Amino acid sequence: MQRPVLTRRQAYEARVRRRATLVAGGSTLGVLAALLILVPLAPGWPAVKKSFFNTQVFADTFPGLLNAFLLDVAIFAWSAPLIFALGLLVALARDVRAPAAYPLRLFAILYTDIFRGVPVILVIYLVGFGIPGLGLPRPWNSPYIWGTVALVLTYAAYVSEVFRTGIEGIHQSQRAAAASLGLSNSDAMRFVILPQAIRKVVPANMNLFIALQKDVALLSFIGPVEIFRQAGVYKSLMANFTPYVGAALIFLAITIPATRYADYLMSKQLKARS
Amino acid sequence: MAKLETRGLMKSFGATPVCNGIDLSVAAGEMVCLIGASGSGKSTLLKCLNLLEPIDDGMILLDGDDISVPGLDPQPIRQRIGMVFQSFNLFPHMTAAENAMLAPRRVHRKTRDALGPEITALFERFGLADRMDHYPDQLSGGQQQRVAIVRALAMTPEIMLFDEITSALDPELVGEVLDALRDLRETGMTMVLATHEMGFARELADKVCFLDAGVIREEGPPEQVLNAPREARTRAFLKRLL
Repeated sequence: MQRPVLTRRQAYEARVRRRATLVAGGSTLGVLAALLILVPLAPGWPAVKKSFFNTQVFADTFPGLLNAFLLDVAIFAWSAPLIFALGLLVALARDVRAPAAYPLRLFAILYTDIFRGVPVILVIYLVGFGIPGLGLPRPWNSPYIWGTVALVLTYAAYVSEVFRTGIEGIHQSQRAAAASLGLSNSDAMRFVILPQAIRKVVPANMNLFIALQKDVALLSFIGPVEIFRQAGVYKSLMANFTPYVGAALIFLAITIPATRYADYLMSKQLKARS
Repeated sequence: MAKLETRGLMKSFGATPVCNGIDLSVAAGEMVCLIGASGSGKSTLLKCLNLLEPIDDGMILLDGDDISVPGLDPQPIRQRIGMVFQSFNLFPHMTAAENAMLAPRRVHRKTRDALGPEITALFERFGLADRMDHYPDQLSGGQQQRVAIVRALAMTPEIMLFDEITSALDPELVGEVLDALRDLRETGMTMVLATHEMGFARELADKVCFLDAGVIREEGPPEQVLNAPREARTRAFLKRLL
C-alpha cells in the first residue's frame, strides 16, 4: 500500500498547524498555572476561599438554588413568546403607511424610544410596584405578574428594533417581485418579507433572549423568590457568599451553551452569505 | 388599438432624467425587443409599464385604458402584466412550486389542489418537472430563471415583460432560457423584452426599439433596425456590440 504523499503546500500547512496548536496549548497552560499558584498566595485568599468557595455550603444550598431557578425558567418561558409577539407587532406598526394608522406608528416610535431609553431595573420598579399600587384585586396585584410585564415591555422594544432591521434588510428586489405578481402589500409582507426577515435575525434575537434570561434575576428586587433572591436568603442564613457563586454557575450552565449556539448560527449565516 | 402603449412617458430619478418622452406601442401577440446601452432607460421603462415605478408625466395605456392615473390601485393591473427580472428574484424560502403558487393562491384565491395540475403542466412545459420541490439555491441560474418565468405565467398574464433575463446567466445557460422564450412566443403571448441578445431579437422580434438617452431613437422590424439602421447612434451602438 502506498502512503498518501502530501504536497509541499500540505506538508507546510500541517507543520504550521501543529506548531500553532502547541504554542496555544502551552501558553494557556502557563496562564492557568500562574493563576492557580499566584491567587492562593494573596494574603486574603484563605478568607475568600472560605466565604466564596465553601464546598460544604455549596453542597447544602445548590439543590435549593436549582429549585429557585425553576421560577426564573418559568418567567423566561412565558415572557419570551410574549416578547416575540409584541416585538413583531411594534415592528410592523412602525412600517404602517396608511394615514389613519398614524397614531399607531407614533405610538410604536414612542414606545421603542421610551423602553429602550430607561434602565430595565427602573421599569421593573415603576411597573412592578406602580401598577399593583393602583389597588388591583388579587391575584392581579402580584409583583410576579407586573415584574414580568416590565421585562416584556423592555425586551419587546429591543426585539422590535431587531425585527425592523431584518425587515429593512430584505432586498428591495423581493418586494418588487412580490408586487409584480399582483400581491397586496400585506400579503407581500406576510408571505415574502417576514419569513425571510425573521430567519435572518434569529442570531440577534438569540442574544437578546440570553440577556433576558439573566435579567429575570432583577425581578428579585420586587419580590419573587427566584434564584438570586434565594441565594441572598442563604447568604444571610449562613453568612457565606458561596450561594452566589452557585447561582452564577447555574446561569452560566444555560447562557454559555446558548451563546455558543447563537454564535454558531451567526457564523453559519455569514458563510451562507459570502 | 395597441395592447400596450406609452405616450410621452417621462421618468427621472431625482434630477437624472431616465425616460425622456417614450412613445412605445405594442400590439396584441407582438414581441417587442428593447435594445440600447446600459442606462438608456430600458429597465426603467419596463418597471414603469408594470407600475413598479410611478411615472412623472405622459401616459401608459393598457387596452386603451389609462393605467398611469396617479392614485390608481396598481394591483389589478400588475396581475395582468407578468414580469421577469434580471436577477430572478425568486423567493428563497419557498420551493419552486410554492414560488409559482403563492400569487394565484393569494390573489386568485385558488387552492393548492385546484392549482396542482396547471402548475405541474407549466413546470413540465419548461422542462422543470423534476425541480418543483427544489429550493432556489438548489437550482442553476438557468433553472431559476425558468422558474421565474413559470411563476409569472401562473398568474395567466396578458402581457409578459422581461428585463434582461439572460444577463446574469453563464453563457452556457442562456440557451435554455431563450428556448423558454421561444416556446412562449409560439403561444402568441404579447411580450416586451429588454435584451442584449441581438441574435435572438433578430430571430423572433416583430419589432426592435433602440433606446438612447431615454427616447426611442429608432424602431422597426429587426432586419431593418439591426441590419440597416438609419440612425448614426444605432449604428454606433451595434458596432460596439460586435
